[in-house]
Amino acid sequence: MTDLLEALLRGLGTGSVYALLALAFVIIYKATRVISFAQPAMMLTGAVATSYITPAIGFVLFTGLSFFISVALAALATAVLALVVERLAIRPMVGKEVFAVAIITIGIDIAIRVVVNGFIGLGARPIGFPWGLDRVELLGLQVQIRHLVMMGTVAVVVTLLFLFFQKTRYGLAMRAAAFDQEAAMTQGVSVGAVFAMSWAMAGALAAIAGSLLATGAGVDRQLWLVALAALPAIILGGLDSLEGAVIGGLAVGVVEALVGTYQREYAPWLGDNVALVSPYVLMLLVLLAKPYGIFGTPEVRRV
Amino acid sequence: MRGRPAFYESYAQELALFNTRPKQVGVAAVLVVAVLMPFVLEDSLLRTLAIAFVFCIGALGLNIVTGLAGQVSLGHAFFLGVGAYTAAAISGDPEGRTIGFGIQEMWVWLPAAGLVAALFGVIVAPLATRLRGLYLAIVTLGLVFIGEHIFREWSDLTGGAGVGRTAAEPVLFGFNFSESTASFTRDQQLYFLMFVLLLFFALAARNLARSRVGRAFSAVRDRDMAAEMMSIDLPRTKTLAFAISSFYAGCAGALLYTVSGFFDPASFNLLLSVQFIAMVLIGGAGTVGGVIAGALFISLLPTLTRELPAYVPLISSQVTQTPNVFQVEQILYGLLIVVFLLFEPRGLFGIWVRVRTYWKSWPFSY
Repeated sequence: MTDLLEALLRGLGTGSVYALLALAFVIIYKATRVISFAQPAMMLTGAVATSYITPAIGFVLFTGLSFFISVALAALATAVLALVVERLAIRPMVGKEVFAVAIITIGIDIAIRVVVNGFIGLGARPIGFPWGLDRVELLGLQVQIRHLVMMGTVAVVVTLLFLFFQKTRYGLAMRAAAFDQEAAMTQGVSVGAVFAMSWAMAGALAAIAGSLLATGAGVDRQLWLVALAALPAIILGGLDSLEGAVIGGLAVGVVEALVGTYQREYAPWLGDNVALVSPYVLMLLVLLAKPYGIFGTPEVRRV
Repeated sequence: MRGRPAFYESYAQELALFNTRPKQVGVAAVLVVAVLMPFVLEDSLLRTLAIAFVFCIGALGLNIVTGLAGQVSLGHAFFLGVGAYTAAAISGDPEGRTIGFGIQEMWVWLPAAGLVAALFGVIVAPLATRLRGLYLAIVTLGLVFIGEHIFREWSDLTGGAGVGRTAAEPVLFGFNFSESTASFTRDQQLYFLMFVLLLFFALAARNLARSRVGRAFSAVRDRDMAAEMMSIDLPRTKTLAFAISSFYAGCAGALLYTVSGFFDPASFNLLLSVQFIAMVLIGGAGTVGGVIAGALFISLLPTLTRELPAYVPLISSQVTQTPNVFQVEQILYGLLIVVFLLFEPRGLFGIWVRVRTYWKSWPFSY
C-alpha cells in the first residue's frame, strides 16, 4: 500500500510537469493549429538558462528562493527566444499547410538544441536546486521534496493561466482567436499578436517544466526526450483541450510511475525502462477507442 | 508537330514513363555518368554513394505514403529497423550470438525483409486510417519510441544496445558483393549493386505513381472526402500506401547496413525518421527525381561539411571543441529544412522547374 501511494505521489509529481509541457503544446495548437516540435529545445534552453542564472544571482533571503527567481528569469529569456523564432520562421508560414509548419519546428528544434548542447558540456549540469533528491516524510510516506515543489509550482502556474484566460482582455482575445480567427479579426483582435503570445507563453511554460525536471539529476543532453512524453499526454486529452492537457499529463505521469514500480515484478520479460515507453503504449490504446482523445473535439469535415 | 516539343499528342504519351525527349536524354545522361562513376572516384566516396543510394530507396518509400498519399509518417525508422533485423536474422550465422537462419541468398532475405516490414505497416494501418494530420504524425512518432525499446531489449535478435549485430551479407547466387574480386574492389561492387537496386525501386515507384493505385493515392492526398465520393475505398487505399511504403523501408533497412556490415539497435531513432522526412521535403514531395536528389543531398551533407574546416578557420574538426563540424552539420541540417520549407516548399524539384521554365520561356519571364 505504501509502495502504491508513494508511486502515485511520484507520478503526480512528474505528471504535473508533463501537464505543464502538454499545456504548452496545446496553447500553441489552439492558436495556430500546429504542433510545435520545437518545444523540446525550448525546454532544454530554459533548464540550461536556469543552471547558469542560479549561481550568478547567488543566495537570496531563504533557501530555494534564488532557484525560483532564476526559473522565472529563464522562463522570460525562453519566451523571448520563442518570440524571435515565431516571428522569423512561423509567421511567414501563416496559411500554409500545417504539416509543413510542424516540420519547420522540427528543423528549429534540431538547430537550437545543438547550440544549447554546447552550453551543457558532456556530463550533467547541476541546476542549483537546493534539495536535490532529498526526501521528507509526509503522512507516513517518503516523498521527494522536488516532487512536492513540482506539484506546488505547477498548481500556481495553472491557476495563473486559468485566471489569464478567463479574466484578462488578452486571454479573451486568445480564446476568441482560437475559436474563430476571422471572426476575432473583425472584432479587432490582432491574430498575429495572438500567435506571438501563444509561442511566448509556451516557451515560458516549457522553460519552467525543463527546470523542474532537471531538479533531480541536473541538465543533460537527453533531457529533451522528456518533452516528447508530453505528446501522448496531449493526444490522450485531445489536442485542443486545456483541461485535457492537464489530466492527460497527470495520467501519463501516474502510469509511468506505476509501470516503473510494478513492471519488474509482474512482467519482467518486457525488459528494462518500459516505464519510458509506457505513455506511448497508453496513447495507442486510447486512440484505438477514441481517435480524437478523451476531451478533444472530433473534427467536423465539410465537403 | 515538328518544333513543338512541349505538346503532348495523346493521353498515352502524357502518361508515358519518360514523356518528353529532354527527359529521355536527361535520364540516359545521368545513367551513363552514374555507371562511369566507379572508375573515376575513390573507394571511400563510392561507399558513401552506395549508402546514399539505399537512403534514396528508403526516401522513395516515405514519398509514397507522405508525398503521394499525403499521410504524414514519422515512423519510417521503425519500418527500416524491422527490415534490417528480418534480413540480418535470415542471413545470420545459425551458430552465432544472435538469432540467425543462415540463408545468405539476397533474393530470399531482401523480399522477406520488405514483406515483414509491409506486414507491420498493415498492422499499424488501422490506427492510421482512423487518424488524420498531426494526430497521425504523433502516433507514428510513438511507434518509433516503442520500436526503439523493443530493439534495445530483445538482445537475442538485435545484440542489445551498444553491442549490435552483424548485418545481412549481400550474396547473390553464390557471389558475395562484399568481397573484393580480381577486377573490382568491394566498394565498386556494392556501388553497382545498390545502383541497380535503386534503379529498380525508382522505376517501380514511378510506375506506381502513374497507375490506377497511384492516382487513387494522389486523390486521397488532395482531398480525401472527394476521393471517397469517387468510390475510392479510403481505409483500403491508406492501408495499401502504408504497406508499400513499409516494403520500401524494409528493403532499405535490410540493405543499409550491408555496406558497413554492422549495426546497433539505437540507429532506428526519431532522428532517422526526421532525416527521411527532410529528404522527401527538400527533394520535392511527390516526385521521384526530386526525392532521389533530396536523399543524395542529405546523405552527402556530412561528407561536404567534413571539408569545411579547411576553408573556414573558425570551425574545428575535433569533437571536443566548439564550434566543430558535427555541430555545424546538425545546425545546417535543421536550418536547411526550415529554409527550404519557407522559401521553396516544392524543394529541389521546384527549383529545377523554375530554372527549366526560365530557359524555356526565355526571353519572356512569364
